[in-house]
Amino acid sequence: MFHTASTTPGKLLQMVAALLLFAAIMGIILFLAGRLGRGKGGDKWVAYLYLTPAVLLLLVGLVYPGLRTIYESFFDAAGKAFIGFDNYKTIFTDKDQLTVLRNTVFWVVLTPFVATGIGLVYAILVDKSRFESVAKALIFLPMSISFVAASVIWKFVYEYRPDQVGVKQIGLLNQIIVWFGGKPVQLLIESPLNTFLLIVVMIWIQAGFAMTVLSAAIKAIPDDIIEAARLDGVNPWTMFKNITLPSVRPTVVVVLTTIGIGTLKVFDIVRTMTGGQFKTSVVANEFYSQTFRADNQGLGAALAVLLFILVIPIVAYNVRQVRQGAR
Amino acid sequence: MSTVTPLTTGPEITPKQLSASTVAKKKLSSPWASLAVIIIAVLWTVPTFGLLVSSFRPERAIKRTGWWTFFSDPQVTMDNYKAVFGQDGGINLADFFVNSLVICIPSVLIPLALAAVSAYAFAWIEFKGKNFLFLAIFALQIVPLQVTLIPVLEIFVKIHLTGTFWTLWLAHSTFALPLAIYLLHNFMQEIPATLIEAARIDGAGHVSIFFKVMLPLLTPALAAFGIFQFLWTWNDLLVALVFAGGGNEVAPITLQLANLSGTRGTAWQLLSAGAFVSILVPVTVFLLLQRYFVRGLLAGSVKG
Repeated sequence: MFHTASTTPGKLLQMVAALLLFAAIMGIILFLAGRLGRGKGGDKWVAYLYLTPAVLLLLVGLVYPGLRTIYESFFDAAGKAFIGFDNYKTIFTDKDQLTVLRNTVFWVVLTPFVATGIGLVYAILVDKSRFESVAKALIFLPMSISFVAASVIWKFVYEYRPDQVGVKQIGLLNQIIVWFGGKPVQLLIESPLNTFLLIVVMIWIQAGFAMTVLSAAIKAIPDDIIEAARLDGVNPWTMFKNITLPSVRPTVVVVLTTIGIGTLKVFDIVRTMTGGQFKTSVVANEFYSQTFRADNQGLGAALAVLLFILVIPIVAYNVRQVRQGAR
Repeated sequence: MSTVTPLTTGPEITPKQLSASTVAKKKLSSPWASLAVIIIAVLWTVPTFGLLVSSFRPERAIKRTGWWTFFSDPQVTMDNYKAVFGQDGGINLADFFVNSLVICIPSVLIPLALAAVSAYAFAWIEFKGKNFLFLAIFALQIVPLQVTLIPVLEIFVKIHLTGTFWTLWLAHSTFALPLAIYLLHNFMQEIPATLIEAARIDGAGHVSIFFKVMLPLLTPALAAFGIFQFLWTWNDLLVALVFAGGGNEVAPITLQLANLSGTRGTAWQLLSAGAFVSILVPVTVFLLLQRYFVRGLLAGSVKG
């Protein structure tokens, strides 16, 4: 049951076997919990039993690997010789790595703000309109598909055909450029244009998330506040600035930071659209390229650790803002 | 408007309805607002629509003319879909589709069950080290996958699990646990303590309370997280690449689509149809269970 299944019935059978095995483990845990829970002070044994499988998985699958990666980031490409902070030095001095860092900054700054901005404006505009649910579903749908499928969709938009007689553009964006009298551009090859075009894909996916969460926050603003403002003759802009925005501000912070963290780890889009070529790589993609393509384990580990370090301030800011909002 | 005093609005009208409709009317009466909505909606729909139209066009037409010419010269074919399910060319998506399902189902059920019992322990049982342990698991949420992948792969190599579904089941289950435990714990805490106490007085133990009191109340939360985790697993590329990248036996459909995009970047007849086959399941799940999905999103982000 631990072999590689290669036929469809074989795969399904293995899945059922795995689920039965898991059910058996859960059964044993619950049975023991039922027995132990009866005695005096048995409560805590029930808790330990309930927590054991999860804690074990987390220790082996998250805590140990995390520490191990930090350790490996101080070793060379083959993981043999200790080289101190050299991998980190490479990240901050090597020309290619600096491009990676620059691109990551573009991604992490642009995506959250643009996606949240669009999501907020859209949520306000369609709120309480007749087509609200349809209009929201249109924007939200990209959230449910994979980054890979989204990348294929947009790669087609950016498709380039050489500027020759008799050759027609099949990518929408280049066709629009041609309609306006321009010459077609190799959109995914021109740097830094290509990075911004990849960022568009992430914004396209994340705006729906921002819109949904912010829309719920807008609907939670008490009606009497809006009514009072309306009776005072407040115009829509002042209403937005003085009532809507302050009310949803904590949610905006959460949305910004959530998208920011997601963007920091973006990998699928870069890999599917350019493979990190043409100066489009970002930290998360470079981690993969260095580890599996360039066989530089040490540098790969250092990039993963950098990702971890970069997440921390965003999370800290989020936690602080949420705490302040709660007060 | 400003001359209207609250007193005069009293008896005749229901303020709530008035406010809702007038605010909406005011907004939509502005042509700029409507224009903005239409532009955003079009920008968000057209790219997908273009690829969808293309997936039904013949290969020759896709490669020579833009999809918008479809409206002046409609040619429809199912050949592209037949091709991605065909045996020749080595891109039989049906196999990868099965792989995705086989990966997803245990990867949703296992963390859901483990997180439910863990969350129960955190929410309703007193034990030593509880707060520290909960905080530690909460903090694990911020660990990026990338940090863990290589050492986990090394473990799988050591215990000879590489190239099997077990790697993906175990990895996805583990990575899902911190968020799942945190979310379910939040939901469980909202259940009134009197319900649990009443059951305890009746002599029920933690096992029967869990099944008879908790689970029925917890169904919406379990559904919300289940959908979330299903979409996450179905759409994942990174974990699949690292643990199933070697062979096609256990690779999910996203991985095959990504490979197609890399190696046959111009085979738009295959890419377009392949993309929509891969989208089919998540979009269906999403449309049918949108309510739960949105609830899960809100619980995950608004509560922080």
